[in-house]
Amino acid sequence: MALAFDEYGRPFIILREQESKSRLRGLDAQKANISAGVAVARILRTSLGPKGMDKMLQSPDGDITITNDGATILEQMDVDNQIGKLMVELSRSQDYEIGDGTTGVVVMAGALLEQAERLLERGIHPIRVAEGYEIASKIAVDHLQQISHKFEFTATHIEPLVQTCMTTLSSKIVNRCKRSLAEIAVKAVMAVADLERKDVNLDLIKVEGKVGGKLEDTELIYGILVDKDMSHPQMPKQIEDAKIAILTCPFEPPKPKTKHKVDIDTVEKFQTLRQQEQKYFDDMVQQCKDVGATLVICQWGFDDEANHLLMHRNLPAVRWVGGVELELIAIATGGRIVPRFQELTPEKLGKAGLVREKAFGTTKDRMLYIEHCANSRAVTVFIRGGNKMMIEETKRSIHDALCVARNLIRNNSIVYGGGAAEISCSIAVEAAADKYPGVEQYAVRAFADALDSVPMALAENSGLQPIETLSAVKSQQIKENNPCCGIDCNDAGTTDMREQNVFETLIGKQQQLLLATQVVKMILKIDDVISPTEY
Amino acid sequence: MAVERLFKDEATEEKGERARMASFVGAMAIADLVKTTLGPKGMDKILQSTGRGHSVTVTNDGATILKSLHIDNPAAKVLIDISKVQDDEVGDGTTSVVVLAGELLREAEKLVGSKIHPMTVISGYRMAAECARSALLDRVMDNKDDADKFRLDLMRIAMTTLSSKILSQDKEHFAKLAVDAVMRLKGSTNLESIQIIKKAGGSLKDSFLDEGFILDKKIGLGQPKRIENANILVANTAMDTDKVKIYGARVRVDSMSKVAQIEGAEKEKMREKVQKIIGHGINCFVNRQLIYNFPEELFADAGILAIEHADFDGIERLALVTGGEIASTFDNPESVKLGHCKLIEEIMIGEDRLIHFSGVEMGQACTIVLRGASFHVLDEAERSLHDALCVLSQTVNDSRVLLGGGWPEMVMAKAVDELARKTPGKKSHAIEAFSRALLAIPTTIADNAGLDSAELIAQLRAEHHKEESNAGIDVITGSVGDMAELGISEAFKVKQAVLLSATEAAEMILRVDEIITCAPRRREDRM
Repeated sequence: MALAFDEYGRPFIILREQESKSRLRGLDAQKANISAGVAVARILRTSLGPKGMDKMLQSPDGDITITNDGATILEQMDVDNQIGKLMVELSRSQDYEIGDGTTGVVVMAGALLEQAERLLERGIHPIRVAEGYEIASKIAVDHLQQISHKFEFTATHIEPLVQTCMTTLSSKIVNRCKRSLAEIAVKAVMAVADLERKDVNLDLIKVEGKVGGKLEDTELIYGILVDKDMSHPQMPKQIEDAKIAILTCPFEPPKPKTKHKVDIDTVEKFQTLRQQEQKYFDDMVQQCKDVGATLVICQWGFDDEANHLLMHRNLPAVRWVGGVELELIAIATGGRIVPRFQELTPEKLGKAGLVREKAFGTTKDRMLYIEHCANSRAVTVFIRGGNKMMIEETKRSIHDALCVARNLIRNNSIVYGGGAAEISCSIAVEAAADKYPGVEQYAVRAFADALDSVPMALAENSGLQPIETLSAVKSQQIKENNPCCGIDCNDAGTTDMREQNVFETLIGKQQQLLLATQVVKMILKIDDVISPTEY
Repeated sequence: MAVERLFKDEATEEKGERARMASFVGAMAIADLVKTTLGPKGMDKILQSTGRGHSVTVTNDGATILKSLHIDNPAAKVLIDISKVQDDEVGDGTTSVVVLAGELLREAEKLVGSKIHPMTVISGYRMAAECARSALLDRVMDNKDDADKFRLDLMRIAMTTLSSKILSQDKEHFAKLAVDAVMRLKGSTNLESIQIIKKAGGSLKDSFLDEGFILDKKIGLGQPKRIENANILVANTAMDTDKVKIYGARVRVDSMSKVAQIEGAEKEKMREKVQKIIGHGINCFVNRQLIYNFPEELFADAGILAIEHADFDGIERLALVTGGEIASTFDNPESVKLGHCKLIEEIMIGEDRLIHFSGVEMGQACTIVLRGASFHVLDEAERSLHDALCVLSQTVNDSRVLLGGGWPEMVMAKAVDELARKTPGKKSHAIEAFSRALLAIPTTIADNAGLDSAELIAQLRAEHHKEESNAGIDVITGSVGDMAELGISEAFKVKQAVLLSATEAAEMILRVDEIITCAPRRREDRM
């Protein structure tokens, strides 16, 4: 064990306080790790696919989240196990990189681990298993590239994009109006996309939610929505052809950063100071007015006096607007963010066709719409829904759909969903397995089996006979040499995913396989787990 | 080899059947809790807060009851949330939405128990909800063009809403109050301009609507108690010590005489400010902030009525009523818009003195003075009136009206039943269940009124089998009656919101197959 003796027979401390640590080595360690990973995957397995179920998560503060999004579930799950945390990381990196398929990647990793356990029991060295997986994943990724289709879309012909987004949304609770949401997501992405460079800056899309109304009322606003109202209750609620001054300085007397004191020791000084103060407010408002601004949006607060002066001079203003929103407003209206009143010039003003305030419901919730902007590159998706959890879940779903649309603009290759891509890869890997001499062959074959588990889970969640359905589809794929056959989750009567219009992005799928393989490799390489025991 | 610990300590996980059971039980418990408050003969609940003083609230309002509950069950929290949203969005139907969601889940439990997949139930529910909504749409009445009829509709809606509340004894009186108040808003849903003042004493019947504006403040000493043709300046400015706002300024003096000088200058400054204010040609000055004795005296000298410390809402309302603007600087009196009113006077309600502004320019805002025997009664009366006002203001915008007394539920149930017969597959069970859940609402109303619900519902169904029936439950006589004749109406918007959010919530809870509860955050014991 961790106790050694030097040449004089004295014990040698390798591990401090050995007794208080529990230690797992060799096969035991690997098995423990694998079972932890599989346990995490098992939680997510039932969330896969259009008929997947949701999970209800209660946070330490008692707030409820109901979701179907793998990354969100794992993030809020409070996992303590180290391997469990690795799986959480896995799903998170898929979320960062692709945005969709966060459940699938964990299920895939779980299946790979399950298969690895069997191989380990047969006495195959974990590294050999890992290498076999590596080979197999390469085959699968190449195969995906082969069976992928490119489809053309233009700014006006967005149907294929909408179809793909619908596939993503169909597994969420919002699938009731997936069509309209998918259209919103695609239009939003197209509005901000740079089709030349094939790049989309998702930061330009703001997703705002407000409880109340119904899901169908969700809309796309070509402009910005700010959850603020006018600083003075009597300012006009609607401004046409607004010229917007975007300020990051408060309407307050200056506060120099160097320490200073103004000493008042005579009556004259007191009076001059007072006049200066008044003049200061007056100047600030006048400066805004002089450059021709008809709306002031400010990051900071206003003094009461300044507020009244603004109102008095008929200059509507909005205060306490967050930094991110300010930037978006600047982008949308083509204005510049001005840090000092002295630097205000007419060129730095943003322009918007219509700014209006809208009230919701019976409470005094108001929001500010800034529409018809000079540069409509910034858009807002405004979500309505019956309750708070619904809004949150819709936000997550929209985020997924936006990511998918973005990925398609970057790379317009798609593969077929509903497990079709996995089954096709599994067949290809299985066929390639025999070519490898040596132990790796088994690992490659195991990889093929693991690939099957995704369509299997889909079938299971849809209430179909998993083995029966999978074997039927598989044989159909081989017989017809058609990589579009998948699991018919929606009971539509056909297994051809082309007809059902179920698409997924190629990069999303490839990334799933690569990430899952990497994490599994990492887990398999661990042969010693040292952890402090409980006390 | 099983994993011993995947989650942190105290985090729990419930799966599959158990998770579903937990959420069904929680949701149904909440629904049963508020069930007895439904309908005109529903009962009230007493809520005792755990805070200091153990203050007591007596209420019948679903949202208020649910808001005050401490719930640990996640599914129950979903129901509380929908009730809250219903309150914010349409104001009424907060109990119905919870009862309907609870009934939907109760039916779903039976279906899931007989091995129908929750997803199938959900898709059935969705179809049914859509069908129910279109059935309602078919039968709505819209009297927007006919002002008299529309007003009658509003009266009826207000009376129906109020009949389940504490105000039911004087519902006609209050319905009239509410309708008058809402009609003054002219289509705006901004209920802030309707002020509700509660004064204990007298009876509920003594409550009245005042066309002017009542400010719950006293007039300064030695100032006129009655002003005719008042010019009012509404302000938000410091009238105590006007601080120098320039950062870092401070007074440093080296002798007592200088202190006196500065003090004099300060006083002079205030006097100037007061002079400027007086220079506006006003005879009433209302400030949001405090007015110190010194300026108050100056105002009194000039014969100006000065009112201090009117809260922000009061100021906004006053500005709205009198048509003035809220001022904070007073340098150019010619361009500040002053408010006007015919008469300002001090009035007495019960024991308290209030300031009454009448004959105002803009008639949008108004005040409702509630009188009642105790604070509990007044609080509940305010909540009931608030519900009625919310519903009415929403109805002014969306003037579609339905009949009440369980009529909409019967119409929906009939349409949904027909859909169930036409739909092949397992979904039809779910659709049938939806119609049963809808019937639960009239059943509960009848049960709460101590009537024979089974008999009544059966009769209603038979009535509704005929085309274009107006039958509903007449709780007063305990029989089936014609709702159009009895004048019981409800707003379409409320019913639609109840239907949609209840279905949405039920769907959400049904989709869950696993509940993971994190360890509660440790709070330091501050005992």
